[in-house]
Amino acid sequence: MTLAIDARDLAPGFADPVFDSQSAFRAIMNAIAYPGRIERFRRPVAAPAGLSPAAATIALTLCDFETPLWLDESAATEAAVAYLRFHSGAPIVDHAGRARFCIIGGAASALPLHAFHAGEDKYPDRSATLIIEAQSLTSGAPRRWRGPGIKGERVVGVGGMKDSFWDEWTLNQTLYPLGVDVFFACGEEIVGLPRGVATEA
Amino acid sequence: MSGARESGYNFAYLDEQTKRMIRRTLLKALAAPGYQAPFGGREMPLAYGWGTGGIQVTASVIGPEDVLKVIDQGADDTTNAVSIRRFFQLVADVETTEATEKATVIQTRHRIPEAPLEEGQIIVYQVPQPEPLRHLEPREVETRKMHAYAEYGLMQVRLYEDIARYGHIATTYDYPVMVNGRYLMAPSPIPKFDNPKMQDNPAIQLFGAGREKRIYAIPPYTSVRSLDFEDHPFRTQSWDQRCALCDADDSYLDEVITDDRGGRMFVCSDTDYCARRRANGHVGAQGAIDPVGEKTDALSGDAQ
Repeated sequence: MTLAIDARDLAPGFADPVFDSQSAFRAIMNAIAYPGRIERFRRPVAAPAGLSPAAATIALTLCDFETPLWLDESAATEAAVAYLRFHSGAPIVDHAGRARFCIIGGAASALPLHAFHAGEDKYPDRSATLIIEAQSLTSGAPRRWRGPGIKGERVVGVGGMKDSFWDEWTLNQTLYPLGVDVFFACGEEIVGLPRGVATEA
Repeated sequence: MSGARESGYNFAYLDEQTKRMIRRTLLKALAAPGYQAPFGGREMPLAYGWGTGGIQVTASVIGPEDVLKVIDQGADDTTNAVSIRRFFQLVADVETTEATEKATVIQTRHRIPEAPLEEGQIIVYQVPQPEPLRHLEPREVETRKMHAYAEYGLMQVRLYEDIARYGHIATTYDYPVMVNGRYLMAPSPIPKFDNPKMQDNPAIQLFGAGREKRIYAIPPYTSVRSLDFEDHPFRTQSWDQRCALCDADDSYLDEVITDDRGGRMFVCSDTDYCARRRANGHVGAQGAIDPVGEKTDALSGDAQ
């Protein structure tokens, strides 16, 4: 990782930062408040190579100098790192466990969920938020989600996750009120999976 | 946007970094329902106690397409509600309304509207004291531990002492609730009459405490249980009277003194609900004479 940012080929951030990020935040908040429901960004950013527009939009809406950011190998392209550092100012960290936000490009080979910060007993809000690039938000093996934000249950088919992910999620869910929170990103759409939601096949 | 830009402030007053910080806090608060997340509360251009926490939350979520309703004790036309509504008209240039079902963002002090909320609506509560255990344990380090380990026996003892002393649980507002079976939460000083409305509500409920610098939240469709005992189940207030203006028997009533000879009347605290019922032809015992000079055109008008 070099310190200087090559700004020549940088993709643009929000065209109108105040209103674009407000619109994006409402979609993000709806995604976490109504888990499993697909939210589409109406004014997404043009993403650099390696990131989906949805993942880049979440990062630019929520990250800044206060939020250490970690990217896995497939997300950490030169273009993506330069883009995120330039537009968000977030420090990029090497250690997944120290990051507040983590972008995971290779869902199929991702670190286990316990590699990320789960928060502290007295401060569960300090846990990491994962942004996982999913192959699809609808065509994966359907799972039934239950928990706060869901009326009864909701069937969600996130595609491209490794087999062990949902077992790890069950473990994460047992840490409640600790645990990581997840956004699945695909194209310009996201689905939220907060720590309180239990899933089963 | 002209109003906001001419005012010389960023849209919705707060700077973008502050909004990002509050937005991150809101997401974590929604992920751990009822947990009090600390946030970097800013100085606002009004005194603590006038809704600075609620205003910061509203400012961080509101956009130009939103329609804002502000209520104070159920009323749209009281000082706190009027001044907060004017604030957002000035700095955010948003449309405002008094009609509950038209609003996308409702900021409230001490009431939940009588009309049921729906998906897509956000209700923002102004919170003076976010810590339900504060009167029992003044030290923050201790109460934070009590929440971390779900040590809530003390609160049950307090309610028990009410029963031992008065024969019933005497707490009538800010009545403690358990959220999602995990966190004890202060619902802000809403009457306990409103507690059942928080349970499984389709709307997003956000709580902001400016002086104490805490944000907490209840996502939609979440269990919110008012604490009680098997032999002393939770009960809401009820009245022998009906609303003197609109004849409602299902709303929260305020007692209004009308003269110095003992005259009084009971009226809905939710002015929008009351005005709507009267517009639909419901008339209470004193509804025809309009004794408090209350606006009768509340439905037609927006903010003053």
